[in-house]
Amino acid sequence: MYPPSLVVTFTKKSSVKMAKLTSLFVISLSFFCISEAVFEDQVGKFDWRQQYVGKTLFAHFESNTQSSKKMFVATDKNIFASFNSRTGDLLWRHVDKTGPEGSIDILLLHGQDALMVVGDGRLLRSWDTNIGGLNWEAVLDTGSFQAACFVAIQDTVKLVAVLKKAALSLHYLSNGHQKWVENLPDSDAVQYQAVYSGGEEEVYVLGVVPNSHLTIIAYSLEDGEIIKQRSVEASWLSSVESSCVVVGQGVLMCVDPATLALYTLPIQAEETPEFSQILLQSLDLEVSPGFQPVLVSSQPHPARSPLSEFFLQLGPDHHVLLQLNADGYTIAPLRDFQPAFLVSFATTGKKTVAAVMTPKNETACAINLFSVDSGRRLLDTTVLFPLELNGGKPHALYVHAFLKKDDSVGYRVLVQTQDHALTFIQQPGRVVWTREEALADVVTMEMVDLPLTGTQAELEGEFGKKADGLFPMVLKRLSSQVTLLQAWLAHLWKLFYEARKPRGQVKNEVTIETLSRDEFNLQKMMVMVTASGKLFGIDSKSGSILWKHYLENVQPNAAFKLIVQRTTAHFPHPPQCTLLIKDKDTGLATLHVFNPIFGRKSHIALPALPRPILQSLLLPVIDQDYAKVLLLVDDQYKVTAFPSTKNVLQQLQEMASSIFFYLIRSDQGNLSGFRLRKDLSTERIWEVVLPTEVQKIVAVKGKRPNEHVHSQGRVMGDRSVLYKYLNPNLLAVVTESTDTHPERAFVGVFLVDGVTGRIIHEAVQRKARGPVHFVHSENWVVYEYWNTKSRRNEFSVLELFEGTELYNSTVFSSLDRPHLPQVLQQTYIFPSPITTMEATLTEKGITSRHLLVGLPSGAILSLPKMFLDPRRPEVVTEHSREENLIPYAPEMPIRTEWFINYNQTVARVKGIYTAPSGLESTCLVVAYGLDIYQTRVYPSKQFDVLKDDYDYVLISSVLFALFFATMISKRLAQVKLLNRAWR
Amino acid sequence: MASVPRSFLLLSIIPTILILCADFACCNTGRKTGDGLDTDFSGFSVPLEHSFQVDDVSRFRMRGALQLRGGRETSVSLSQSQLSEEDRNTLKEVAAVDGLYKIRVPRVSLTDRQTERQMDGYLTAFVRACSLVESHLSDVITLHTDVSGYLIGVSIVTIPGACRGTEVEDEVDLEAFNTTLTIIAPTNAPQPETALFIERMDIEHEKRGKPQEQKSFFAKYWYLILGGAIFLMASSSAQPSAGGAEEQQS
Repeated sequence: MYPPSLVVTFTKKSSVKMAKLTSLFVISLSFFCISEAVFEDQVGKFDWRQQYVGKTLFAHFESNTQSSKKMFVATDKNIFASFNSRTGDLLWRHVDKTGPEGSIDILLLHGQDALMVVGDGRLLRSWDTNIGGLNWEAVLDTGSFQAACFVAIQDTVKLVAVLKKAALSLHYLSNGHQKWVENLPDSDAVQYQAVYSGGEEEVYVLGVVPNSHLTIIAYSLEDGEIIKQRSVEASWLSSVESSCVVVGQGVLMCVDPATLALYTLPIQAEETPEFSQILLQSLDLEVSPGFQPVLVSSQPHPARSPLSEFFLQLGPDHHVLLQLNADGYTIAPLRDFQPAFLVSFATTGKKTVAAVMTPKNETACAINLFSVDSGRRLLDTTVLFPLELNGGKPHALYVHAFLKKDDSVGYRVLVQTQDHALTFIQQPGRVVWTREEALADVVTMEMVDLPLTGTQAELEGEFGKKADGLFPMVLKRLSSQVTLLQAWLAHLWKLFYEARKPRGQVKNEVTIETLSRDEFNLQKMMVMVTASGKLFGIDSKSGSILWKHYLENVQPNAAFKLIVQRTTAHFPHPPQCTLLIKDKDTGLATLHVFNPIFGRKSHIALPALPRPILQSLLLPVIDQDYAKVLLLVDDQYKVTAFPSTKNVLQQLQEMASSIFFYLIRSDQGNLSGFRLRKDLSTERIWEVVLPTEVQKIVAVKGKRPNEHVHSQGRVMGDRSVLYKYLNPNLLAVVTESTDTHPERAFVGVFLVDGVTGRIIHEAVQRKARGPVHFVHSENWVVYEYWNTKSRRNEFSVLELFEGTELYNSTVFSSLDRPHLPQVLQQTYIFPSPITTMEATLTEKGITSRHLLVGLPSGAILSLPKMFLDPRRPEVVTEHSREENLIPYAPEMPIRTEWFINYNQTVARVKGIYTAPSGLESTCLVVAYGLDIYQTRVYPSKQFDVLKDDYDYVLISSVLFALFFATMISKRLAQVKLLNRAWR
Repeated sequence: MASVPRSFLLLSIIPTILILCADFACCNTGRKTGDGLDTDFSGFSVPLEHSFQVDDVSRFRMRGALQLRGGRETSVSLSQSQLSEEDRNTLKEVAAVDGLYKIRVPRVSLTDRQTERQMDGYLTAFVRACSLVESHLSDVITLHTDVSGYLIGVSIVTIPGACRGTEVEDEVDLEAFNTTLTIIAPTNAPQPETALFIERMDIEHEKRGKPQEQKSFFAKYWYLILGGAIFLMASSSAQPSAGGAEEQQS
């Protein structure tokens, strides 16, 4: 069932059953076995993973037969992947390095080989498309990548040509060896941009000196010798790449937006050629004002010349199919497509067709096939593409055409929309699958409780309403009890009914209508915000997407902050989330307010935000509709409240003097605190400046507002209590030195009170540098850094204690805490780099804490906080043993059973989100990056849950047996007593 | 376990530990000094300003002068005058409306006096005016420096820090500040304690070094085997009498 390479520890479950039969010590042993880790039959029961690839840049289909199932995509996330086109599942995926080093410049497909140029012309790779294995890899000479194409010798494709800024190289397809490489003449002045091969004995390189002339060089395939070199006067031409294509028998076709004309030039002509001009006007064509016309051509087979038919795009939704006549000079229009969003060529066998997408109505687009030769529409080829209300517009069209049994052309089509979604459609318009690739780049997320069921809500509503007399209330209570009874009976019936079915069939579909909170609040709504501006609502139990909403006009560099203003707890008011979208360049912000359960946009009056926003803070103040108040601070330190009803403003005025906030300007090293005034202006009350010449602020973290700490202190070995310093306003500020020399580099950790600006603790980790990952919770800060001297990763933990006496045990006030806390710190070696870190969170904070550490390998490590305790003793004493402190060891262990995601690795994990569930023992975890992984963790085991394999039958039979035994023995005893009395 | 590489590691670590200890020592001396009046005026002085207004608009006036001396042993002292009659009344008024008492010092460097590069801006801190009044002007001012000796922050607290609304009758209590002044440099965060750990492990190894007598398997576990045998015998003898206890057939 599971891959053999699996590095997981599945604890043997059968040992529990065996234990009943063998002697006592075996039982005790098996209890040690049931420690952490997942049972084999629990795999996928509480967790799920979804794998993504990102925004598609290149897509190809395997072969042009109806039965082929594979398609290949290369994406902006530097991923080369293959999908099963029937299901949309990943067949295999190759994740390359992030950033420009692994970026995919081009993907070419020929037969079984997929050719890829990676890292701006750094590497040339060939993949076996069947299994996704690497055939070979060749390192290319330096120089930025321009173009690549297949080259055929005597009708078979044997070579690939790669054009760089100053060189052209040919490589064998079979083994990647270089056939020859030639420097391009005069490459400083000429911009070489295109390479063309039509199956002849030459390869042509086209270069341009902008607004001067075009250069054509023909290289001999055999030895790379320059056969011909000419330059053609072209003062109107600025770029070959964007305005020229090759059509027909090697005719270069260019479009000039200035003169509104097409230019043709035979590349292979012997004598000195010249461009011949064809005015668009003479073809009765008109370009939309301000639109740059685009040419689209098709070369079905690299060994033959391209088609003589081509598309000319004249406007955003206007395309024309044109044909170059055999003389090579004149053009005949075949068909005008207006309106048409997208066009694409597709070839199968000898037939080439053009697919055209036209808008049909508000909710759908129609795709039709047209014969390329004649421009006639092919019958029965219409496919409808449904347009979603809050989805993106179609962006690209990839057509998989094939010949049916009756020799007619059939096709399937892959549509890419602006929101990075891929939709695969089959004739006659059935959506086979959809992949939401926007989820490959989740920026932030929240988990929201699901609403109560109707009956539960009714019961709740009873308490919410004002009393309207004794008798109606009794009636109401009775009626709601009856409905509850009904619901319970229905539930029992369902249980009974489902118990008779085999297990596999019982899989109730989650839909938005059936959503309701479960008994222990384990199922929640995951609201995910992606970098493309698409929002998703995902059911945390099954991982199915329940709603999606695409926000148009979101800048690509926007920053997002998701705020839950009203939870589900305030029935009948719907829950409310607010997304703050901030443009990083201008700082201007917009708000998107929506219902997190259904994804619908709320029609609430939004405040006008004309000035850049510096800070947003969610106050615990609620308005009359139970929505928490969001304060937005602009660059003039004026405060805008949302919602800004009279009630809220009045509350704010009353509380103004106790509302403090801080601003951090990392470019100036400035931390400053402000206090709100009654007129919603602010005053600056403290200022701390970290000189930017010495260190720069890299990150600031406060504590999570929904965090509960159950225990105020720690009981020490001598039964005295060490009280924790639990300052809810504490900020952890992490800096890195500007000096990067390994001996002088340092990482600074400042603990600053966010209200008073008092520096509570200031520590410097010498000979260290970032990236620093840290978690700030309860009374501790854990941070991880790179030790430049020892060249290893290290973990450090800071814990703050008030001492053995509390200053003020009833309430914590930053304004009244004159004594500095005791700070304890310890450092450990960690044998792996990490990518992200988060702490578990539970309902009441009774459960012990674990740190969830995302490793670059994709594993998520659940590291007990117990190992990161600065009170771990170096020498074991009676007291430390009493306190259950682990003796200090400089190296932190990584145990494989601590990997909560066993073999379900999360590629490029970027963030981990934790949320409490209704069960104190259980914490919900979502790890996101390229993939999304959801699971539950039990840091202190499931102390409040009966085990899955709990033997109800045994326990109840023992109980009944005991009950009857007592009854019988009682009866017997009575008889015996009676008999004795008679005696 | 291979002991050779471990001792090698130990040797390589000793020098780093020594350097570390030296660092600690230097840092601690830098921390401890500062309280008490230092009569050495080879340092320099910066103004300490304060502001307390009923309308909470900052208007800073001179409170005293901070004598700072950088170098290996940083020290600081404060000379300040008494509060005037007018100031005392204002302070009481501010305390009555729960206003703030703010102080500020200019941003300076303790070590780098030669360059005399005046950094613009101030470091500001505040305390509730009522707590200052109720504590009879006994405050604790702390100056924080960074690794290179720049002042990065100032903080002020009063002891006791609470506002209980007690009236301060005696005017004399509000005349002179009773200030405790400290200067705090960053502490060095600890490195992993490998050397001590290895030392401890070695000692434990030596203790355990005497080879224990190798007992045979039966000698070690005879009681368990005996117990198991008895248990099995007891269960097998109980079987026929129990009658049809089929679960025990494993």
